[in-house]
Amino acid sequence: MARTPGHALTRAAQRRREALLGYVLVAPALLVFAVFVFYPFAKNFRLALYRDKLFGPGSEYVGFSQVTDVLGSADFRQSLWVTVVFALMSVPLGIFLGLALAVAAHQKLRGIGIYRTIFASTVASSVAVASVIFGTLFNPVIGWLPWMGLNPQPPLLQNPDWALPAVALVTIWQSIGLSFIVMSAGLQAIPDEVMEAAQLDGARPWRRFWRVTVPLLSPTIFFAVVVGGIFAFQAFAQVEMLTDGGPIKRTNVLTYYIFTTLREGQDEGKAAVLSIALFVVTLALTLFQMRILEKRVHYAQ
Amino acid sequence: MPSSPALRKAVRYLVLTLLAFVVLFPVYVTVVGSLLLPEQLTSRPPTLFPDNPQWGSYSEAWTDGNFGTYLWNSAVVTAAITLGQLLTSILAGYAFAMLEFPLKRTIFVVFLATMMVPFEVTIITNLQTVTDLNWYDTYAGLAVPFLATGFGAFLMRQAFLQIPSDLRDAATIDGYGHLKFLARVAVPLARPSIAALAVFSFLGAWNQYLWPLLVTEDDRLRTVQIGLRQLRSTQLDEINVTLAGTVLAALPLVVLLILFQKQLIRGLTTGAVKG
Amino acid sequence: MGRVAFDHVTKRFGDVTAVDDLTLDVADQEFLVLVGPSGCGKTTALRMLAGLDDPTSGDIVIGERVVTEVAALDRDIAMVFQSYALYPHMTVRRNIEFPLRSRKVPGPERDKLVADAAASLDLGQLLDRKPAQLSGGQRQRVALARAIVRRPAVFLMDEPLSNLDAKLRVQTRAELVELQRRLSTTVVYVTHDQVEAMTMADRIAVMDRGLLQQVGPPQEVYAKPANLFVARFIGNPPMNTVAGKVVVSEGTTSVQVPGGRLELPPAATAAVQERDDADVIVGVRPEHAKLDPEGPLEATVAVVEVLGHEQHVICRLADETLFIVRQPNDDVPPGTGIDVRISVDTRRLHVFDAGPGGHRLESD
Repeated sequence: MARTPGHALTRAAQRRREALLGYVLVAPALLVFAVFVFYPFAKNFRLALYRDKLFGPGSEYVGFSQVTDVLGSADFRQSLWVTVVFALMSVPLGIFLGLALAVAAHQKLRGIGIYRTIFASTVASSVAVASVIFGTLFNPVIGWLPWMGLNPQPPLLQNPDWALPAVALVTIWQSIGLSFIVMSAGLQAIPDEVMEAAQLDGARPWRRFWRVTVPLLSPTIFFAVVVGGIFAFQAFAQVEMLTDGGPIKRTNVLTYYIFTTLREGQDEGKAAVLSIALFVVTLALTLFQMRILEKRVHYAQ
Repeated sequence: MPSSPALRKAVRYLVLTLLAFVVLFPVYVTVVGSLLLPEQLTSRPPTLFPDNPQWGSYSEAWTDGNFGTYLWNSAVVTAAITLGQLLTSILAGYAFAMLEFPLKRTIFVVFLATMMVPFEVTIITNLQTVTDLNWYDTYAGLAVPFLATGFGAFLMRQAFLQIPSDLRDAATIDGYGHLKFLARVAVPLARPSIAALAVFSFLGAWNQYLWPLLVTEDDRLRTVQIGLRQLRSTQLDEINVTLAGTVLAALPLVVLLILFQKQLIRGLTTGAVKG
Repeated sequence: MGRVAFDHVTKRFGDVTAVDDLTLDVADQEFLVLVGPSGCGKTTALRMLAGLDDPTSGDIVIGERVVTEVAALDRDIAMVFQSYALYPHMTVRRNIEFPLRSRKVPGPERDKLVADAAASLDLGQLLDRKPAQLSGGQRQRVALARAIVRRPAVFLMDEPLSNLDAKLRVQTRAELVELQRRLSTTVVYVTHDQVEAMTMADRIAVMDRGLLQQVGPPQEVYAKPANLFVARFIGNPPMNTVAGKVVVSEGTTSVQVPGGRLELPPAATAAVQERDDADVIVGVRPEHAKLDPEGPLEATVAVVEVLGHEQHVICRLADETLFIVRQPNDDVPPGTGIDVRISVDTRRLHVFDAGPGGHRLESD
């Protein structure tokens, strides 16, 4: 067998080179993940068992008792309740409004593009921006909403009964843009012929909506519900900017609770337990939705 | 009830305009508020249209309110995160799509798993890590934890898988190794997906709130979202400045949305329609 | 210099053997066509020549070198793909010069080579366009230009004409052969179209299910197919094949088929005369049969196809087997349903083994 010249490589060497290149290419991302995702995730479980102070000395093993203490506390239960209620308030409405807008804009009219851009525009607003905007709208002295009649005593954001819905409203408004975009994409995926057939079958618009559009959109709606739920459980900025978790902890969502535990209480152990609880609850919710709700999703053949 | 097509059309436009008005109302009020004098803000009924727009609130927000600095900080951090995510995702996505190496499937699953880990679970340790590295109150602390994303790698892998294998074969015979192929052929061909990922990353990075709040204290390092937080707790006689700052904070994204609407939608809906 | 060889090359994908112990030599400057139905292994064989796939066992030789372990770019080959594989985001000029850039050919020399290649394929006007703006035929020429720009020793072509419309295909066939002569290169050409194979090749290599069936000049493969598969694959309309039994009686050997008894040529006779009553398959090409009221074969006309330059009289034998007779256009076509008799040119009768392999039965 003649020797081959130049920089020719054997097949095995070529394969090794390719494998090496593969590892080199995924390494940067993996490094970031290792340090900032997996390591913290694992360490969190350890932290939950120790009474660590954030910038303080030493760590004191307390074991599972910390977990039970924190999870059993009234504060935690209230926080969990607040978070769930908040999600229930903001997710379904956000999706429904996005869907309504998407249906309204799903027509061939001249200039419809402008309307579509407007409906999608809230996606350009961060939660912080939305919070300032609505904070001003809620303001009892200068805000429009109180002037228009929505003026309970104490004022909205300081009112134990109204604070959470107010914060939910901010979230809903801000999420309408994204909801609209996602629902529009889903609507566009429905073949025109199906809608035309429904029209020909004599179905009136409302009936058409429920019997045809919604079932065909169910995969998209399902996706929006799952993702929306996850985001709702991670809500933070609105609370931090508008209500500081109050009044009387009525808007103390889990994420905010974790934040204050860390910032003010400097209590890493407790924060770790809370964040694990948040993770577990979110995971359980997602799994629950996938198991129960996905059965009712109609996937196109 | 007989209705002419023209009438029905008018009704449609009316409904759409009404809806648009409702959606934009909060924004409109904010812009109006930023252009009023503080005294005018308290007038009843509230002013609907400023007949003497006070642009001074914007320059005040920029200088006294430090919004110029905040915008700059947000720009730097967002650019770093966006570029970082693009780079790591393109490299990893190419490896997953075009190369063979042991444990490839496992590593891909690991990448996807990062999307499952919620942010809150990592902040405690990340805060500690960043502090230990002396990155508290630095751009590094703000950006480095976010330089990679599992979603980005997934998106890039999908994009590169679309490239016909013929092209890779032809390039092999033409004498092009993987890296040259990636740079000269794969990346240009995957441009739409790359643009979508860029917009998606930009959006996420610009709107970050919890992490910058945790990791910066120095006003010089503040990003624009946290800058808003500083302004909100001001008295009534400064609210117009706050509102001006809010508009400034939102403006870059609005421009982005108008210019890159298609890419944005593409980036956001990749998961949605496929289910 | 441009010699190519497969030396006992086998390629397995898991349980599937795509190429089975292929040994094939291609001479310098020869135009060899690898032909066979889809899945026969011809494309896999070509890809192994190119270095895009590695053989499971065996060696590939290009020129004087064993290149089995050599990377594709060092093999002094160029390839034209069925889909042309042009880089869609680059102009024609960039596409053509791509292989030169990777080899760091200096600028001026590169430009000259590109200009030459473009000129020889009449692409001068199109150099600044992008592939999307070109027609199918133009894109194919760009693919060819990219291949010839490096003056390789061997050209590999994978069904380059299959995406062209029929008329363009005929024209391009001739141009490709001319091109090969001008460049004096070796060409290994893969196709499933036996007409292309017959018209373009110096030699044809027929493959089926990973195995080489026969290799030889087109006329030889046509006139003396080595087995039943080759006999049926080459030729259009295909060779008539009829199952029958050997009959040895009164010193003559013939084959009894449904509808009649056919006499055998001497070489075939010698091969089967020991095997009275054996099952065989008889083959005769449609142009070697004619309608003859005195002919030995009874049949019924099923369909008559009038093609303009000739007619195909498609008949059925007693057991429903189809039998096609080609006759000149001047002859009066028979009506359908008519009973006819057919005679065949005995010298052109082929006999094949009815068992597996279907080998040609013939003594030397």
